[in-house]
Amino acid sequence: MSIEAQTLHRETFILNLGPQHPATHGVLRIKLTLDGEYIEDAEPVIGYGHRMHEKMGENRTYAKFLPNTGRMDYVAAMFNTHGYVCAVERLAGITVPERAEFIRVITAELNRVASHLLWVGAFLIDLGGFTPLLYTFDDREQILDLLEAVTGARLTFCYYRFGGVCNDIDDDFIAGTRKFIAHLRSRMPMYHALITKNIIFRRRCEGIGPISAENCRKYGATGPVIRGSGVAYDVRKAEPYSIYPRLDFNVPVYGQGDCMARYLVRMDEIVESLRIVEQALDRLPGGPVMAEKVPRILKPPKGDCYFNVESARGSFGVRVVSDGTDKAYRMKLRSPCFSNLSLFQECSRGMLLADALALLGTLDLVIPDIDR
Amino acid sequence: MSLSHEFIMGLVRLTLYVVGLIAFAAFNAAYLSLCERKVPAWFQLRYGPKEVGPFGLLQPVADGVKLLTKQLLVQKGSDVLLFKLAPVMVITPAIMCLAVIPFSETLGARNINLGLLAIFSFSAIHVLGTMLGGWASYNKYASIAAARVVAQNIAYEIPLLLVIVALVMVTRTFNLHEIVAQQAGAFWHWNIFRLQASPLMPLAFLIFFTCMLAESNRAPFDMIEAESELVAGAFTEYSGMGFGLFFIAEYANIVVGCSLATVLFLGGWHCPFGLLPGLHWFMIKMYVLCFAVIWVRWSFPRTQFYGLLNLSWKFLIPLAFVHLMLTAVMLKLA
Amino acid sequence: MPINMLKTKFAEIAVCVAATPDTPSAPLVTETAHAAKGYDLDVTVPADRVTGAARIMDEAAFMLEAITGVDWMAEQQFEIVYDYTAVALGARVVVRARVPRATPELPTISRIYPGANWHEREAHDFFGIVFTGHPELIPLLLPEDADFHPLRKDFGA
Repeated sequence: MSIEAQTLHRETFILNLGPQHPATHGVLRIKLTLDGEYIEDAEPVIGYGHRMHEKMGENRTYAKFLPNTGRMDYVAAMFNTHGYVCAVERLAGITVPERAEFIRVITAELNRVASHLLWVGAFLIDLGGFTPLLYTFDDREQILDLLEAVTGARLTFCYYRFGGVCNDIDDDFIAGTRKFIAHLRSRMPMYHALITKNIIFRRRCEGIGPISAENCRKYGATGPVIRGSGVAYDVRKAEPYSIYPRLDFNVPVYGQGDCMARYLVRMDEIVESLRIVEQALDRLPGGPVMAEKVPRILKPPKGDCYFNVESARGSFGVRVVSDGTDKAYRMKLRSPCFSNLSLFQECSRGMLLADALALLGTLDLVIPDIDR
Repeated sequence: MSLSHEFIMGLVRLTLYVVGLIAFAAFNAAYLSLCERKVPAWFQLRYGPKEVGPFGLLQPVADGVKLLTKQLLVQKGSDVLLFKLAPVMVITPAIMCLAVIPFSETLGARNINLGLLAIFSFSAIHVLGTMLGGWASYNKYASIAAARVVAQNIAYEIPLLLVIVALVMVTRTFNLHEIVAQQAGAFWHWNIFRLQASPLMPLAFLIFFTCMLAESNRAPFDMIEAESELVAGAFTEYSGMGFGLFFIAEYANIVVGCSLATVLFLGGWHCPFGLLPGLHWFMIKMYVLCFAVIWVRWSFPRTQFYGLLNLSWKFLIPLAFVHLMLTAVMLKLA
Repeated sequence: MPINMLKTKFAEIAVCVAATPDTPSAPLVTETAHAAKGYDLDVTVPADRVTGAARIMDEAAFMLEAITGVDWMAEQQFEIVYDYTAVALGARVVVRARVPRATPELPTISRIYPGANWHEREAHDFFGIVFTGHPELIPLLLPEDADFHPLRKDFGA
């Protein structure tokens, strides 16, 4: 800012962005203090969709809490259920049959692709481009159809059980998934031509909304946000779980830390997830999909444990404290969006309103996941 | 006797033209808005409106009825007079611009010598209307949009006028009829290909088209509406037909802009191959341009506000200046 | 920083269990099996030392993952659990502190980890734990006039 501008009388005003606003993708309010169109302060106000899932986890049995997990991050519901069942399995010492582990990874990665596709479309809407949303929804629809056939749900999946999955996949699913992988791979060049190479898109993303790796660490931002800041942190690699260590996949990392980097990370992750699904399908073993002798009413031994999975938005963690009864004594759900949003206030300072909304878009927020 | 007869006939003619132009503007708004839903539906692998009438052709009627039945809400604290005046101030100039457009050799409300100038004077008013509407709304989003619309339109008026000045230097007239008449014959006689006047003529057309998009606040320059940032920008507080008038004005402005581009650069009513000149050629060219406007909107994301201003001040204006100088030099040499 | 180096550092600030006839007094710093517990180091510090623990974690370039409360009604105590993870190592450290239920107060770590701001506000919402020195300890997820703390075990729900 020049010296003249500093000495001029400056007046700021407060703008309440939300709780109902097209760019917030849900009931999120951001209290903006604006100087013209420049942001002086942006304070996210959350909790509009708060349902106290953690208390619900304490007053019902472990199995009865399963459907709740799909209702937090409803765009990528598989991961929440995955984190939760793994945490309880770790506490109760249940081993999952190999086929079930494969199916879990296949369905979770398909869910990641669906989530990223939805994000790409929604992000372009944030930037004022409408058409890509319809294309990504078209592809996402095919994933939902596939998952519907095995899980019975299209959005709030509740597919995993303690000790496995509730339904085996069939040949139709395998054939359909292979077809879909080929289809989406052939569509990726189209997306890059339509979006990545678009000059306006590049102008709106390159160099916009930089987030430093240090800020990611201090605020606990994970997932594509930290990978867009040049840190190759992926729970699937850092703390390998399920069958991920046996699969060959890369963690896309871009160092610029801007909106473009976060966009490219997600686009590359779609491709990597397809690779994971393909490998898992190739090596899919036979056998049961549920562990034997999982008691109907689970009573894990006293103690606590932590489990986190790489959700489509970052590290989703579950801390279960058990007092030896059939209900959890304490259930902490660490949602990635919560931490990712918390850095918005610091990173958006001094930005223009339109750019800040691009930054907000690349954080990939699902509001019920923040509010829980 | 003869004088009063002439006077009456003139009055009838005038009334017919006024009604005709308003009807033309409204009809275009209605069916361009349907195109705005059908064309992207075709881009986006969906149907678009198809329930009302065959192929959804009566959808605009249903939309109009809906808008008319809505209550006109005026926000507490807003400037009621300006708030209600703004939609009128936006739509009137757009329709008035149509008065000087020569649709064919014989069809045109007024053939005045300063037609081009009249259009630019009128089209400047709608900016004021939008700005006042946003300001009078007593809404922060609308105020931001009002500030944006002024900056945007000032920035884009300049390259637009520079291109027009160069064109007027070549054609030596402000009369739109004459400008079209000069382009008689096949398409290489059109101003867009008048390379002997300035080799940058096709570029001048692109500058004109870009500025026209920005002037009519169309995506990717729809800063005043920018629904992912400013909800509905300057129109946030408008409901019912107040909003409807802004809507009609947007399409009327597109029609005026595309008509003007047709007249100035694409040979107006002349056939590209020198055959059968007439209204139909004008309409074809105009609607192809309108299609392009819709096409652009549904293909591109929105620009940033400063990106928009940078494009004008750092790129389009210097380019338009180069074009102007080149035209002057070429004219002097010829 | 390897886990055993962290272990010695934490040993200086951790709570010591009183010596029993069988075992000598020892700091509560336990290495745990990641596969069984999900974390590699379990540290219990006095409530006023959580900032010191945060500083150790910050120096070791750990990321703050979450701050949680646990209501131990029977012992009339709140346990505050800090989850840290090392981005580079994939290692995880749990720092615990206990405060009495009657006066649940402990210092904030939001000056070391700004991300702790929201986590501490959340713990304040749910348990009524007061983080002294916190810049704005107002409800985050609960309504702004909420005077209840739903995750306390004596909260009727």
